[in-house]
Amino acid sequence: MKVRSHITQNEALLFEMGSPGKVGYQLPSLDVPAVDAVAALGRENVRAEIEGFPEVSEVEAIRHFTRLSTWNYAIDLGLYPLGSCTMKYNPRVNELVARLDGLAWAHPYQPEALAQGAMEVMARLEAALAEITGMDAVTLQPAAGAHGELTGILLIRALLEKRGNPRKKILIPDSAHGTNPATAAIAGYTVENIHSTASGMVDLAELERVVDKDVAALMMTNPNTLGVFDDNMAGVAEILHKKGALVYMYGANMNALVGIARPGDFGVDVMHLNLHKTFSTPHGGGGPGGGPVAVKKILEPFLPAPRMKRLRNRWAFDYKRPRAIGKVRAYYGNFGVIVRALAYILAHGGDGLRNATVDAVLNANYIRRKLEPFYDLPYTAPNMHEVVFSDDRQAKLGVRTGDIAKRLIDYGFHPYTVSFPLIVHGALMIEPTETESKLELDLFIEAMTAIAKEVETDPQLVRSAPHSTRTSKVDEVGAARRPILRWKPRETGSQTAD
Amino acid sequence: MTYPDDRRYTKEHEWVRVEGDIGTVGITDHAQHELGDIVYVDTPKIGARVDQGKSLGSVESVKAVSEIYSPVSGEVTEVNGILAQSPEKLNQDPHGAAWLVKIRLSAAAEITNLMSAADYQSYVGAES
Amino acid sequence: MRYLPKSQAERRQMVEACGVESAEQLFSHLPDGVRLKRPLDLAPGISEYDIVDYFRARSAEGASGYASFLGAGVYAHYRPVLVDTVVSRGEFLTSYTPYQAEISQGTLVTIFEFQTMICQLTGMEVANASMYDGSTAVPEAAMMAARITGRDGVLIARSVHPEYREVLLTYARNQGMPVQEFGYNNESGAAELADLESKINDATAAVIVQSPNFFGVIENVKRLAEIAHRHGALLVFIFTEAVSLGILEPPADADIVAGELQSFAISPSFGGPFAGIIATKEKFMRQMPGRLVGETVDSRGNRAFCLTLATREQHIRREKATSNICTNQALIALMATVFMTVYGKQGLRELAEQNLAKAHYLGAKLKPRFSGAYFNEFVAATNGKTPDVINQALLKKKIIGGVPLNRWYPELENSMLLCATEMSKREHMDQLAEAWQ
Repeated sequence: MKVRSHITQNEALLFEMGSPGKVGYQLPSLDVPAVDAVAALGRENVRAEIEGFPEVSEVEAIRHFTRLSTWNYAIDLGLYPLGSCTMKYNPRVNELVARLDGLAWAHPYQPEALAQGAMEVMARLEAALAEITGMDAVTLQPAAGAHGELTGILLIRALLEKRGNPRKKILIPDSAHGTNPATAAIAGYTVENIHSTASGMVDLAELERVVDKDVAALMMTNPNTLGVFDDNMAGVAEILHKKGALVYMYGANMNALVGIARPGDFGVDVMHLNLHKTFSTPHGGGGPGGGPVAVKKILEPFLPAPRMKRLRNRWAFDYKRPRAIGKVRAYYGNFGVIVRALAYILAHGGDGLRNATVDAVLNANYIRRKLEPFYDLPYTAPNMHEVVFSDDRQAKLGVRTGDIAKRLIDYGFHPYTVSFPLIVHGALMIEPTETESKLELDLFIEAMTAIAKEVETDPQLVRSAPHSTRTSKVDEVGAARRPILRWKPRETGSQTAD
Repeated sequence: MTYPDDRRYTKEHEWVRVEGDIGTVGITDHAQHELGDIVYVDTPKIGARVDQGKSLGSVESVKAVSEIYSPVSGEVTEVNGILAQSPEKLNQDPHGAAWLVKIRLSAAAEITNLMSAADYQSYVGAES
Repeated sequence: MRYLPKSQAERRQMVEACGVESAEQLFSHLPDGVRLKRPLDLAPGISEYDIVDYFRARSAEGASGYASFLGAGVYAHYRPVLVDTVVSRGEFLTSYTPYQAEISQGTLVTIFEFQTMICQLTGMEVANASMYDGSTAVPEAAMMAARITGRDGVLIARSVHPEYREVLLTYARNQGMPVQEFGYNNESGAAELADLESKINDATAAVIVQSPNFFGVIENVKRLAEIAHRHGALLVFIFTEAVSLGILEPPADADIVAGELQSFAISPSFGGPFAGIIATKEKFMRQMPGRLVGETVDSRGNRAFCLTLATREQHIRREKATSNICTNQALIALMATVFMTVYGKQGLRELAEQNLAKAHYLGAKLKPRFSGAYFNEFVAATNGKTPDVINQALLKKKIIGGVPLNRWYPELENSMLLCATEMSKREHMDQLAEAWQ
């Protein structure tokens, strides 16, 4: 076993450990006269004390959060083989540079003359992402992948509206991520699903049949969620373009392509990138992310304001964007994430980024080769950065992908992506990324192999996993039936879990 | 599982038991079994108009949402309050205590479109 | 390369195991037309030292060493050291969304605490695990109100942050949600109730107001809620300055609270990443967008936490989801959680009182343009000078003045929005006031 359990301490909630009057702060003494709140604000506007709010010292606060942190798995502890999530190492220098005063404390409305450094960072990242994707322009405004998706679809809508008809439908392959249909709906489109071929590619014949004057765009992921590059890309783009529709590429799997192939060169009109996947910015337990959108020239006029423009010797914001889709969020984007992504690109450089891609694909193929004898591989086309097995063999013995995933925890690893993509029944979706050593991959392969054997000898051991965690299997059904979404003092019943 | 023959069944796994002009509607044991642990039931408001074959509400497990299609047309006269407090009842007694709604039928003849218990039994037998 | 943990010998072993001649061969199935046949046109990789050097140079082009009176949705508050200490722990920084509850209790507990504190702060009954930011929380709240009421009209006060209003319009346009603005009172700077009364009707899903509003003026939430409710609409309450909740009456009369937590130890960072929230009444819980953490037990009967009510979300409900968002801002929300913990019940109040005192010291010197009560920012008329002239003079003294308002409010020419926080020093406020003379 890779990880042995160590002493983890019990920890109460903040609300259960305080004592009235205890504090963890000290403010500087006030250098102006104090103001009477009731006189300044009116009695009706002044609140009573915040009932239930924490009252702990600095020491207790740091211990609380440090103890809680030990209850988490993290990339810093080991491989995180979540497919389509690209959990790669988060370089620490990125954290340092994002905290430099002149960047971290830059106010979005400070004079442009004092924001040149920040603007230079944004301009440089825009240019790098345009080069990497082979597109003509990039907006950094979207806050995350799904937000980028929405921005991309709104850009398509704006272009089609200008051409006279926004159209009605977005086509989405059945292997797509769940955000795709949700995004299409928010952008005011209906969704039509199209089937994949037996090798997991878009079915050109079906595509030809369904693309008509009502179709605004195809949203596709390439490599798709099976980790397979769609060889028909040129054909796909041609069919859509012929009918005046556009191609949106979901960029979550860009880690398979950087330096190898550019969406802009194979017919994609608009795509988003996940800075927190491909470009190494930390997931932070679920955000923040960054979802820049890269477009071809025809969509550039619709990008949200402001755009940056280079005057003789300085950067300026340009708000005169009469055809823009409007702002998708306040200010300019998740700048702190933008800084980190640029630091990552600078560290690798052009060749380095390509080498990273090669290693990512090598790692995935290595896992495929080593695990193929033990797990069913429903789609056998060459895979790129991730590989999707099914639990077909194990299911016959009553063990499902979710059970295997939980057992993996006992071996010291985070589970892979379970039950996705939907086109594979009982999927095990594995993406190692390039930042894993051979030793770590071998340990993972050993663990997966051992579990496959356990399924044959002791399936109950696998089904009842995990066995080694501080918290055993969690009752998600109970949580959903009687939602307790906040702490309340004991007498009103939060603690009476029935 | 034997399905009671005092009621009619839909292909989408709902049942309706008609008494006078009131139809009591629920989901079948087969449906609850397929859904797994039910955590929430979304029912219409009293007075709502529903149509045969159209959405009546939904049931949720932890990771799935399924539409409930009304087996009959009419007006909702009663909603089973027990489900809001104890959605698990739908797993335990789908043909009895965990009925969903009562509907005042507006087109009683519609129920001839539905399956008998025997037909439903063989339908789910074939499906599984 | 330091981020690629393999020796050439190991690569060779792996290539052999894959049954290929070289790793390059793993790409040979790509159609020829797809391959990029030249190196990326990006500079070669550089050392950690050079990276730090580059960004230090960019940082030096910024406003370090300047005193600033900018607010307008992004506030300069002191960040307790503990905040970065906690969020720099790899277990928080480099973990994924806590779907696997057994090995994610750390993140889950902190989110549960976050949800609880947001409820305590806002007077709402449930709060989500955070949204992208305050501006995107506005359309999310409006769409939520539309789902609850079955209506589609939105009335938003002109005194709401202009960029937030722009974001709402971007979303609403494609949702078939007509958005109308109602004005502010030229005397008080608060939302004009008569204008609201004249525009609200039985198609109105949401009345959206911000308090303190963009001019810093505190709105009459009770009256606004009463008007909205009388017409069957929901009141959506927006806040951009979270510290104000340390002293201001919580918006318990609102139906949905959407806000921005940047003030809680989140660096201004040129506008992001921040963390927004949506909080509401329990009865609207299932229409609320965003992740939620709930309390439950594990198989041994111990208290445990997990993500819950996920059926509202995009990966299950797909096109019928409450939102297309599939993330929260966990790490940023954790910053806010640590901040709220460090300051606590007493500290947040004292912090708010300091902000109040500083802003009112400055306000007494500059005479606010509006008569409405204000917390830590206010609009000041520039007495005939243009805001630019004043701001340029201030820059020479290493002071960044206020935000000129005519960019969004042509009628408010020669006035600017000024903010003072606990970080504003008296000497700088005195210098600022001098520039007015």
